[in-house]
Amino acid sequence: MQTVQTKAIQVKGLLKSYKQHQVLKGVDFDVEKGSIFALLGSNGAGKTTTVKILTTLVKPGGGTATVNGFDVAAKSDHVRQSISLTGQFAAVDEILTGRENLVMIAKLRHLKNPHQVADHMLERFGLTGAADRKASTYSGGMRRRLDIALSLVGNPQIIFLDEPTTGLDPESRIEVWKIVKELADSGTTVFLTTQYLEEAEQLADRIAILHEGRIIANGTLSELKKLFPSAKVEYVEKQPSLEEIFLAIVGKKEER
Amino acid sequence: METIKKHFFSDMGVMLGRSMRHISRSMDTIITVTIMPIAFMLLFVYVFGGAIQTGTGNYVNYLLPGILLIAIGSGISYTAYRLFMDMQRGIFERFHSMPIARSSVLWGHVLTSLVSNAISLVVIILVALLMGFRSPAGVLPWLAVAGILMLFTLALTWVAAIAGLSAKSVDGASAFSYPIIFLPFISSAFVPTDSMPRVVRAFAEHQPVTSIVEAIRALLSDQPVGNEIWVALAWCVGIMLVAYLFAMRAYKKRG
Repeated sequence: MQTVQTKAIQVKGLLKSYKQHQVLKGVDFDVEKGSIFALLGSNGAGKTTTVKILTTLVKPGGGTATVNGFDVAAKSDHVRQSISLTGQFAAVDEILTGRENLVMIAKLRHLKNPHQVADHMLERFGLTGAADRKASTYSGGMRRRLDIALSLVGNPQIIFLDEPTTGLDPESRIEVWKIVKELADSGTTVFLTTQYLEEAEQLADRIAILHEGRIIANGTLSELKKLFPSAKVEYVEKQPSLEEIFLAIVGKKEER
Repeated sequence: METIKKHFFSDMGVMLGRSMRHISRSMDTIITVTIMPIAFMLLFVYVFGGAIQTGTGNYVNYLLPGILLIAIGSGISYTAYRLFMDMQRGIFERFHSMPIARSSVLWGHVLTSLVSNAISLVVIILVALLMGFRSPAGVLPWLAVAGILMLFTLALTWVAAIAGLSAKSVDGASAFSYPIIFLPFISSAFVPTDSMPRVVRAFAEHQPVTSIVEAIRALLSDQPVGNEIWVALAWCVGIMLVAYLFAMRAYKKRG
């Protein structure tokens, strides 16, 4: 038997360049099993490249990366057994219906009852009513829900979400957050990239900040906060954020 | 690894089912792939046909092989289109990050191309029968014709795969098929090459379509095929191998 693995992902000295451009310049981090890990960074910081390497889509240029104990370059088939990717652009088949999308993925994962799995997922993600409509008719939020549902078919141990809420309206974003929290509660490891500070703050057990190809900070939210001198306490009347106003007006209460 | 290999055929079956649904849900695919060649056939038989001297009595018989090749030419441009759209929409990334045989994704498209082209060819042949096409050929020559057409489809499908995998825009992905659709016009598909000026004739007689058309025509009219069939097969296999290598290279580069 193997020794008990507590790390879902281990990355050491990861390098990657495209032609002359060095995207990753030695990235190190670990992700604990069952945790939510957020990779925070602005556009072009190398977040997507990191995700592509970890999900075996792109070969690392140097360094090592293991996912579920398997090296991404040498044991990519084993890695693919343990993961699921929800990429930056909703990877749903728009010509197929929501149900057909789910059945297709269930078949590709060689599950026993693909139709049953699809029904269950449709219900879980509130898509039963739209199940037999083409995915091209779905709203952005529905498409993203279907996308995540597709990734969860077959219960992968580690799920990668590359900017899951980019381009979503606030309601859909909160829905996605809820899904991510439920996932982590059920023991799935979630690796998430985002450019929204609030998203990382809301969701992540650990946050790593990727900047110009390097991790410049890594820790829990409170650890990261300690890196900065504690703010002077001032009493300021609390102003509602625009998001709170928006949600109050459209009548959706946040469930936090 | 073992289990992934084992599932190659079932994975490919799922991929085939997927793209066949795509075809059946986009009417323009069906129209372009079958109606356009049929329109050409009607045009050539009923408009130009009276003025064309082919030396054979039945012009539909003369024309049909070329029409079939045009149908394949327009059919495979949709293979390039479907491949291109898959690359764009990120669904390839989903498939490639799943524990499935990676090649099944590409082979699914190839198989779809074969099946959908076969369907449109059958429809076109049925229409030709209504227009007076008759063949004295038996089962074996027909099987040989089916084999040549399949090989030609496969060869062009891999050419389409190169375009679909390496194109930068949708237009680029399907534009490559125009010369392929045009090739039959500069061959013996519609008129005998004897009537052409020397340079055009030299081109027409040495390009793949002429030998393929001549081989199919000979088989369908139950005539001896001679060397044409070997030239035709050599063209198909040659194009297929070269295109396959380039397509695989483009696939690895993008995957």
